[in-house]
Parts: sequence; structure tokens; C-alpha cells
Amino acid sequence: MAVAAPSALAPAVPPPVRPAAGSALAVLGRAGRASWRYAVALAALVFALFPILFVVSASFNPLGTLTSSNSLFSRVSIGNYGDLLTDPTHPYGHWFANSMFIGAVTAVGTVFLGACAAYAFSRFRFRGRRGGLLTLILLQMFPQTLAYVAIFLLLTTLKNVFPILGLDSQVGLVMVYLGGALGVNTFLMYGFFNTVPQSLDESAKIDGASHGQIFFTIILRLVAPILAVVALLSFIGTLNDFVIASVVLTTPDKQTLAVGLYQYISQSFSERWGVFASGAVLAALPVVAIFMGLQKYIVSGLTAGSVKG
Amino acid sequence: MPQVVIAAEPASGEPSSRLRRDSHSTLWTKGFVAKLVLLAMADALGLYGVIAAWAVRSWPILAVLIPALLAVNIVYFSRRLTPAKYLVPGLVFLLVYQVFVILYTGYAAFTNYGDGHNSTKADAVEAILAQSAIRVEGSPALDLAVLRDGDDYFFLVPDGAGGALIGSDGEALKAAPGARLEAGRPVGLDGYDTLSLGDIIAQTAVITAMAVPCSDDPNDGVLKTPDGAVAYAYIPTLLYDEAAGQLTSQADGAVYADSGEGNFISPDGTVLQPGWKTPIGFRNFTSIITEPSLRGPFLGVLAWTFVYAIGTVVLAFAVGLSLALVLNHPSVKFRRLLRSLLILPYAFPAFLSAMVWQGMLNPQFGFVNQVLLGGRWVDWLGEAWLARATVLVVNVWMAFPYMFLICTGAIQSLPAEVEEAARVDGAGWLRTFWNIKLPLLLVSTAPLLISSFSMNFNNFNSIYLLTGGGPLAQPTDKAGATDILISFVYRLAFGGVNRQYGLACAISMLIFIIVAGISALGFKRTKVLEEMN
Repeated sequence: MAVAAPSALAPAVPPPVRPAAGSALAVLGRAGRASWRYAVALAALVFALFPILFVVSASFNPLGTLTSSNSLFSRVSIGNYGDLLTDPTHPYGHWFANSMFIGAVTAVGTVFLGACAAYAFSRFRFRGRRGGLLTLILLQMFPQTLAYVAIFLLLTTLKNVFPILGLDSQVGLVMVYLGGALGVNTFLMYGFFNTVPQSLDESAKIDGASHGQIFFTIILRLVAPILAVVALLSFIGTLNDFVIASVVLTTPDKQTLAVGLYQYISQSFSERWGVFASGAVLAALPVVAIFMGLQKYIVSGLTAGSVKG
Repeated sequence: MPQVVIAAEPASGEPSSRLRRDSHSTLWTKGFVAKLVLLAMADALGLYGVIAAWAVRSWPILAVLIPALLAVNIVYFSRRLTPAKYLVPGLVFLLVYQVFVILYTGYAAFTNYGDGHNSTKADAVEAILAQSAIRVEGSPALDLAVLRDGDDYFFLVPDGAGGALIGSDGEALKAAPGARLEAGRPVGLDGYDTLSLGDIIAQTAVITAMAVPCSDDPNDGVLKTPDGAVAYAYIPTLLYDEAAGQLTSQADGAVYADSGEGNFISPDGTVLQPGWKTPIGFRNFTSIITEPSLRGPFLGVLAWTFVYAIGTVVLAFAVGLSLALVLNHPSVKFRRLLRSLLILPYAFPAFLSAMVWQGMLNPQFGFVNQVLLGGRWVDWLGEAWLARATVLVVNVWMAFPYMFLICTGAIQSLPAEVEEAARVDGAGWLRTFWNIKLPLLLVSTAPLLISSFSMNFNNFNSIYLLTGGGPLAQPTDKAGATDILISFVYRLAFGGVNRQYGLACAISMLIFIIVAGISALGFKRTKVLEEMN
């Protein structure tokens, strides 16, 4: 994936007469010709990374205000992190744990539900199959964010019967998110499932495997990359949700990072910038780490969804 | 039912022993046992739900739960219906949390649901009568004890026969057996706390606002208290005629009739508040066009939403594609590292990005003004056009790494022969790119660009967390300069004093139709749907 087709841009840079390979001159010569590319890379890096460097620097700045954060990495202390974790009115520890819990459970649930549905659509031929797929695509065009009024009323009603699925319950929120588990994920997975040859299933079937065994022990392993992609996208999507989380969860201890940190920033913006920044860094850390760790899968999954072949 | 899904994970992960379908003796495999356990749990939960729903008389839940429970059992105990076994878990969630909420939103779009119209007609009558009540001339002052149970307050008054009556806001007076009275004054009742004078003073606002109905007939009036110590009977000045469904003023005989739009209205046009929730047909949809105060903001928001979504996709694609073309070249070293660094904005959670940019762009203290512009005052998010440009740039920052990734992938999978053929034919770099590579890239990335468009069409966070939809030219404006449809909907439903859920739901449905329509056209043209067979 990382190795480009050598001919990709050949017309732009005609192959010149090469100096002796390995000599210092050769390296310099090649670097010189590519230098404009490095200039572009540098500009892109500054644009891409600056806001991130800014927030990391601010999180370590002991003065903690927005103005003082402008001198990057001038002073370093972890005081903001201490303040963040001990602030009694903003239970950051709870928010963090809540977000991770809600995100992880939603991701696992989404992968499971989506994979099951994709398996059914990819491997079985049944009445309403094509219509079902089309309906799923249509339904996912209606983001749940648009329906918070209905979601609020639904959860109010459910609270009378299943308190755990009602308002102000994290489990209830996860269930709402799982309502969106089919839809785009199923379609993405469906495309990937189709690339696993049917002959594998058939030979397993001849060996006496049931459809359940084929699914759990053969197919799921072969489609692991797309499962990772869907899990990650679902985790990030859940973490980013602001509207539904703020409608469903009302107790401060139960809220998520997006809702909690937004209150932080809307209440005491410039004075408490350092504390907010440390909260932002801690919140971003696991996401960025998972993203980077699964980069290979994500890239292949994203492009498999598009450039199939 | 949810438990099925979550609990299914560990059980499903482990490979079960070989199952021979032809033999009865091997039916009890691990997989079968796991299925049985999960189904038993689902059934137990479902049965609990049925009983609980019955207990609280929640018929809609019961009507959904029983068929669902039956369907699940049929599907999993049947020897056929194999595809359904894999579809049911997701479908349950889909139907409850997606299909139902869409249908409800569609229904609410045809009602006047919102502030002043958020309950039933009976509730509205009761509230109107209670508001219109005046103290009955010469009525006795009743000794009153204010009781509390949790967050609810109650009036305890003597019934004139040695006992006492208890009632609360919206709950008519009824006998309170076992109430304690001292010299005819009620003082307390088991299960409730009696408020002290200090408590009453602390809660004056709540207590003096209470109106306790004297009986279930709203025409009988209410009890009110000015001080928490004595209560007076108040009789409504309006009389409700249930048969005719209209209110008549006792004072001047004016008749307030049901307007058919969720209000009582007199012939001279006086409207009584509150109204009630009622279907109003296409009124919400037509008001977007016919009401001048709504048409302007709506059309502006609609246009900006398209500019924003298309602009984000085009700009981010241009940036991503350029970077992919420039950096994806053998002469560039550290390509892998570069790529990892460049996708950081994509990996960084979007809600945080919006907040961080908001800080950097702060006109007074932010980095951009203080450091890059040497202290010059530029109100990036405070002036309409500048704010629009700024949110677009910030959104491109969030979106370009994704485009960079998919373009890198698409470029690498371009067939090399096509390009060589072009070169042999003497096409220059620009021509090869413009006439050959770009069309091929667009074909392979089109479905993703369409998805990206529909995602940005509804990109609530990147607007709301950055500008809140503002700036507003006037504080009373219906929409801000950067409001896209979805944040406009949020403003209608939750912002300001006059919340209009019905209208918000109507615009939600319009968004749905627009996005679905454009995506359908796009997918049709890219022929992605043909792969479905």
C-alpha cells in the first residue's frame, strides 16, 4: 500500500541520467529534484499538525489561560492534568470512563450486528434481499441526530417499563446507537464479505460445518480488516456524538466527554483553557492510538470500500 | 432482547465442535446450548417486559413486545429461515431506534407540537380554567398544611367534617384518611413531610403557583394559597362545555371555540393559552415558504448547507488529491511517516478539533490573532462571511486526510498501462492527469464522495461546536450565518423561548428527502447498486 506504482508520476519527472548509485551526490541530486515535494509536505504538515501541537502545548502550560498558551512549550508542567482530575464540578474521570464504555460497547455491538446482517445478505438468497439492502441504505440517510425529539419521547416511555433502557441511562444510549448499527456498516461489510470466495463456504459445508460455524470460524476471520474498520468508525462516531448524548444523559456523572467538555468550554472559556486542553489531550489519546495502531486495516478497509478490485 | 447481542459475543467467538445435521444425538453441541441459553435470556427479559408493561398499562410497548418475542422464538427454533437468524438481532434495534423514530418524526412534522402545544386538549382546558380562576367572594379561608413527598408538593386541608383532603397540582382533592389535625387544623399525614415555615418561605414561588383542583370537573375550580398557611377557593371565570368543546366566559359571555388548530379562539380573534397538540396537515411545510419570517432564514440556511457540504467535499478532495499526487512518489522519502502524520487531524476526535479551533481563533486571546497576526483584531467567527469561510477551512482541515487516504489508494490501483498508453500517444502530464487519471479516480471514489457529501450535509458538530450556528445579526433572528439545516433544526427545537418541535420535525423530514434523493441519484449514476445482485 505504501509503495507507489513507480510509473505514477513518471511523465512529470523524466528519468534523468543517474549518477553512480549510492554516492553522496546521488542522494543530494535526488533530494534536490524532490525538494518542492518536501516543501509541499512541510506546508501540509504545518497545516495538519499545528492545532494538535497547540493543544498539547497548552495542556502542559502551567499558566493555564488561552493567552499564555500562545507561547508554545515555553513552560512545561502537569498542573493542568491535576486540576482536571480533581475538579469536583466537572467529573472528568467519569466522563472519560463513560465515553470509553459507551464507545466500546457500541463498537462491539455494531460490528456483531452489522457482520451478521452482511453475512445474511452476502451468502443467502432470500425474498426481499435486494429491497432490504436498499432500505438499509435509505434508512441510514436519516441521521439519528435529526430525531432527538422522537428519541427523547421513546426513552421517556421505555423508562416506565425497562428503567435501564430509559432516559439518563448509558445502556439506553448504547441501544439508541445500536439502532444505527445496520445501514452504512452493513453495506460496507457486505461489499467486503462478497470478496471472500463462496467456494470456501461450500467446501466447509461439504465437511459438515453448519452455517453458524462457517460464519463464526471461517468468514469472520477472513473479514477481520473490515471488522476493525467498522469497530473503529463506530467507536469514533459514538465518541463524537453530542446531540443525542446531551439529550439522553442528564446527570453530570453519567455524561460523556463531548457533552462534558462542551460545558467546560462554554462556561469558562479563556481562563480555564489549559485544563480544557489537558482534557482534550487525554480524550484524544486513546482514539489516536487505536487509529494509528489499526492504520493498516483502516486504509485497506476504506479503499476496499471504494476501489474494489 | 439487547442482551442477546451483547452476550452473544463470547459464546459466538469460540469454535464449537463439529455438528452433523443428520444425526439427532449430536444436536446438543456447544453452539446449540449457547443458542438455547441466549434465547432463554431474551425470553426472560421479554416476559419481564410484558409483565412490567402490563403493570404500568403501557399498551404501545406491549403491542410491540409480544409480536417481537414471538417472532424471535419462531425464527430461532425454526429449521429454516436461516437468513432471518442473522438479520433479527440488528433488525430489532433498527425497527425500534431507527424506523420508529423516523416514523414518529414524520408524524410530528404534521402536528403543531411545541411550546404552548405540548399536551392533550384535556390538559389545555384544565390549565386555561386554572389560569382564569378568581377568588370566590366571601369564601372561607381554609387552614392549610403544605406536604412534600420527594419533589412533589401537596395541599392538606380540612374537609369540614373532622377529616382532611389532600391534592396537588393536577391531582384533584381526595380524602386523606389518617391525617393528623390539631384543633381542626391539618398538620400532617403519614408518608409525607410537613413543610415548616422556613421551607415554605424557601419554596414560595413553587407553592403560590400551585392550583389544586377541587374535583375532577375542572369547572369546580381550584384551591390556591397566597402564603402557604391558608388556601382559598378559586372559581374559573370560564365555563367549559365538554359536549360542545368550547369555553364560555362567565363575565361577558364570550365564546371560545375550538379553532381546529389546537387552540380555543373567540370570534374577535382572542386566543387562549396554552393550546394542545393536534394534527395540522401540511401547515409546517407550507409555512416554511409562506411565512416571510421563516422563508428568508430557511432559504438562506438551505443555500449555505449546499455550499458548505459541496465546498467541503470539493476543497478537501482537491487538497487530499494534490497531496496524494505530490507525496506518493518514489523520490519522496519517509512516505509512510508522512502519511501517518498527515492523517492525525482525521484521527483526532472531531468534537475536540472544533473546540480547539474555536480557542485558536478567539479574537482576543487566540493564537491566530495574537501570534500570527501580531495582535490584530480579526473576528474570525463573529462576522457572517468571514465565519462562513472559517468554518469551511476548519472543516477542510478535518476532512482532507480522509480524501488523502482514499486518493492514495485509488492512485495506486490505477492501471499503469492506461498511463503508458497516454504517454506513448504523446500526452503531457497535465493532459494525462486531467483527461485520464482524474476521471478514473472520480469513478472509483465517487461513492465515497457522495457519502462524504451527505455526511457533511448533516455535520452538526463542526458547526455547532465551533460557532453555535452564529453569528446572529439580531438576537431574535431565526437562523445564524453559519447555521446549516441540522443546526437550524436544533435551534428551532431547543434554542430560544418558542420551541417548535413540529416545525423542526418537518425540516428534519425535508433534510432526509434531500439527502436521500441526492444520494439515490449519485449512486444510480455510479452504478454502485448494480453490484447488489
